[in-house]
Amino acid sequence: MIRILMRCVMALVVAVAVMGTHSANAGDPLGVGFVYFSPVGDTGWTAEHDKGRLEMEAALGAKVKAKIVENVAYGPDALRVIRQLAADGHKLIYTTSFGFMDQTLEVAGLYPDIKFMHLDGYKSAENMGTYSLRYYEPSYLAGMVAGATTKSDTIGYVSSFPLPAVLQIINGFALGAQAMNPDVKIKVIEVNSWYDPGREREATDALFAQGVDIVAHVTDSSAPTLSAQRTGKLVIGFHSDRSKFGPDSQLTAVIPVWGEFYTRVTKTVLDGSWTNAPIWDPMSAGVLAIAPIGKMVPEDIAAKVMKRQAEITAGTFHPFQGPIKDQAGTVRVKDGETIPDADLYSMNWYVQGVEATLPE
Amino acid sequence: MPIRLEPRAAASRWVRYLAPVASALAAMIAGTLLFFFIGHDPAEAFYVFFVQPVSDLYGLGELFLKTAPILLCATGLAIGFRSNVWNIGAEGQLILGAICGGSLALAFDSVQGWWLLPAMFLAGGIGGMAWATVAAVLRVRFNANEILVTLMLTYIAGLFLSYLVYGPLRSPTGFNWPESTAFHGAARLPRLLDGTRMNAGILLALGVAVAAWVFVRFSYLSYQMEVGGKAVNAARYAGFGRNRMIWLGLLISGFCAGLAGVVEVAGTIGKLREVVSPGYGFAAIIVAYIGRLNPLAIILSSVLMALFFIGGEQAKVSLGVPSAITGIFQGTLLFFLLMSDLLVSYRLTWVGFASNSAEGGGAVDG
Repeated sequence: MIRILMRCVMALVVAVAVMGTHSANAGDPLGVGFVYFSPVGDTGWTAEHDKGRLEMEAALGAKVKAKIVENVAYGPDALRVIRQLAADGHKLIYTTSFGFMDQTLEVAGLYPDIKFMHLDGYKSAENMGTYSLRYYEPSYLAGMVAGATTKSDTIGYVSSFPLPAVLQIINGFALGAQAMNPDVKIKVIEVNSWYDPGREREATDALFAQGVDIVAHVTDSSAPTLSAQRTGKLVIGFHSDRSKFGPDSQLTAVIPVWGEFYTRVTKTVLDGSWTNAPIWDPMSAGVLAIAPIGKMVPEDIAAKVMKRQAEITAGTFHPFQGPIKDQAGTVRVKDGETIPDADLYSMNWYVQGVEATLPE
Repeated sequence: MPIRLEPRAAASRWVRYLAPVASALAAMIAGTLLFFFIGHDPAEAFYVFFVQPVSDLYGLGELFLKTAPILLCATGLAIGFRSNVWNIGAEGQLILGAICGGSLALAFDSVQGWWLLPAMFLAGGIGGMAWATVAAVLRVRFNANEILVTLMLTYIAGLFLSYLVYGPLRSPTGFNWPESTAFHGAARLPRLLDGTRMNAGILLALGVAVAAWVFVRFSYLSYQMEVGGKAVNAARYAGFGRNRMIWLGLLISGFCAGLAGVVEVAGTIGKLREVVSPGYGFAAIIVAYIGRLNPLAIILSSVLMALFFIGGEQAKVSLGVPSAITGIFQGTLLFFLLMSDLLVSYRLTWVGFASNSAEGGGAVDG
C-alpha cells in the first residue's frame, strides 16, 4: 500500500517537473508589489496603504502595474509571498509592516535587481530601503486640539505597545496638549495589540469611566470612535478619518497620505534615482495630515492649530523643542534645543504629565 | 428518512486504507470546484494550488520545511490517539518547546559547541512534555477531560510566549519590537540544500516517524497502550494500568510537539517571536487521522497538509483569493475523511418511506 502511495507521489513529482515553471513576463510597465498584513478594510492601516496604492496607480498610469497580497502573516511564511512577487517579475516591492523585516531582507539578498521598501524597520541592504513617517508631528497638532477642548484636564490614550514609534506619538500628543493647557494629564492603557476592537473598546470605556472626556489611540480599529460616539464623549482618530463612525465625537484624526509617498518613491525607481537611504518623512513632504477639525472646536483654536501646522511644515517649529522633562522630572531636551533624530528613534521615556509605566 | 445506516459485518482492509486517499482526492476536486464557483478557471486553480508551489527545487524545499513540524506533532499525537488519549493541545506544547529550546540558545549565545543543538532539542522536548504533564496530572488525579485541558493550555502557552518576547527575552538592540535576539550559528539547524530553506528538521521528523512506526508495530508497550485505550476492562484484567497509558500518551505527544517547536525556532525562524506556529499543532490532528494513526502513512499526510498550506498561499498571491481557502480545504478534507470512514464501517440501505422506526433494530438513523 505504502509503495503504491509512494508511486503516486513520484508520479506527481515527475508530472510537476515536466510541466516546468512558468516564467515571468518582463513587459513594459513597472511591476509593483504590495504586501499587507491584514485584509484591505474600510478604514485603518492597510486601507490607507491601499488607498495610496490606488492613487499611485492613478498618478503613474500605464507606467506601473501594481499587485497586492493582503492578509499575509508575519514571520517565516511571509518569505514565500515576497519571493513569489519577486519571481513573478515585480521590480519594486513594498512590505508595509514591521513584521516583514527579516523576510524582506532575505528575499532582497536573493534578487539584487529588485528594489525593496520595508516600512518601519531598522534593517536595510543595497537594494532594500526603509521608510517611516513622522507621526509625532500631526499627533502634536491633534494634541493641541484635545488640550484646548478637554474640560476634565485629563485625556485618555489607548496604546498598543511601548515601542519608540508609539512613544513618539503619545509624547508628541502630550506636548501639543500641554502647549494649550499646561495642566493636562494623559492616562495610558495598553491593549497589547495593533488591532483588537474588543479590547480597544474596553480600554476606551475604562478611560471614560475614570473621568477623561477625550480618548486618543495608537491602535487600528474604529472601536474608540464608536465608543465615544455612543457615550457622547470625544475622540481623536488614528490612521484614518473616522468621522463617519463618530460625526459628533471626532475632534480630528492623525492620518497618513500614502498616495503622495508611493507616487514619489515609485517615480524614483522609474527614473533610476532610487537609493536605499532611509526615509523618515515629515508633514512637509505631504505624507501626513490631520483630518478636518470637528465643528465642536471653536474657530480660534482651530486657527491656532493651523498656524502651528504651517510652522511645522515650514520647519520653524519642532514638536520636541526644549525644555522637555520626562516623568521623573529629568530634563531630556534642554531649553533652546530640539531633540536629535537618534534620540527620537530610540525613545524609551514618557514626557511629564503622562501617567503610564514603562517596562524595564 | 428512507435511508438507514447499517453496520457492515466486516470492513475491507483495503477500503480502510484507500479511504484517506479517496478523501484527499475528493477534497481536491471539491476545492477545485469551489474555485470554479468563485469565478476562477478550475484547471488553473488546481495548477496554482497543487502544482505550482512545488514546481521547482525551492518549492519542494518549502514543502518539506513545512512538513517537518506537522509530521513531528502528528506522529506524537497518533501514539496518544491510539490509546484514546485526546491531546488537542500539541500547538501549546509546540510553543513550550520553542520557548525552552529557544531560551537555551539565548542563554548560551557565545557557545559554539556541537552539543548546543541536541541540548536545545532535549530542552524543547522536555518543555513540551512538561506542558502535557499538567493535563496528565489533572486527568489521572481529578479525571479532568484532557481535551479541554490541553486546548486551554494552548492559549496560556501563547500568552506566556508573548510575555517573554515583550519582556525578559526581548532583544536589547531590537528597538523594543517584540522579538528575541537572533540565534547564533551553533543554535541554527543547518540547511540541507543550497537555494532552499529546507533544513535538517525534516530528517529529524522522518527519523522520529520511523522510530514511532517501529514502536507501534513491534513494542509490547504500544500494544498495552492500544488495548488500554480501546478496551479498558480487558486491559485492567490483563493488568495494564490505564493511568500509565494516559501518562505515556500525553508525554510522548508532548515531547514530539516540543521537538517541532525547536525545529521551527532553530530552523525556520531563527529567533523567538510572538507567534512561532501558524497552527501546526491543530493541523496535525487532521493529519494523524488521515494517516490512519500509522506513522509511515502520516509522513504522506503531513506532506499533503504542507501542500495545502503552501498552495493556499500561492492561490492568494496568484489568484487573489482569501487565504481562508486553506482552512476550507482542511475542513473539506476532514469532512470527506469522516464521511468515508463512516461508509467503510456502515452501509446505506434503502428502507423505503413506509417503514417505521420500530424495525430499525440497532441501526443508526441516517
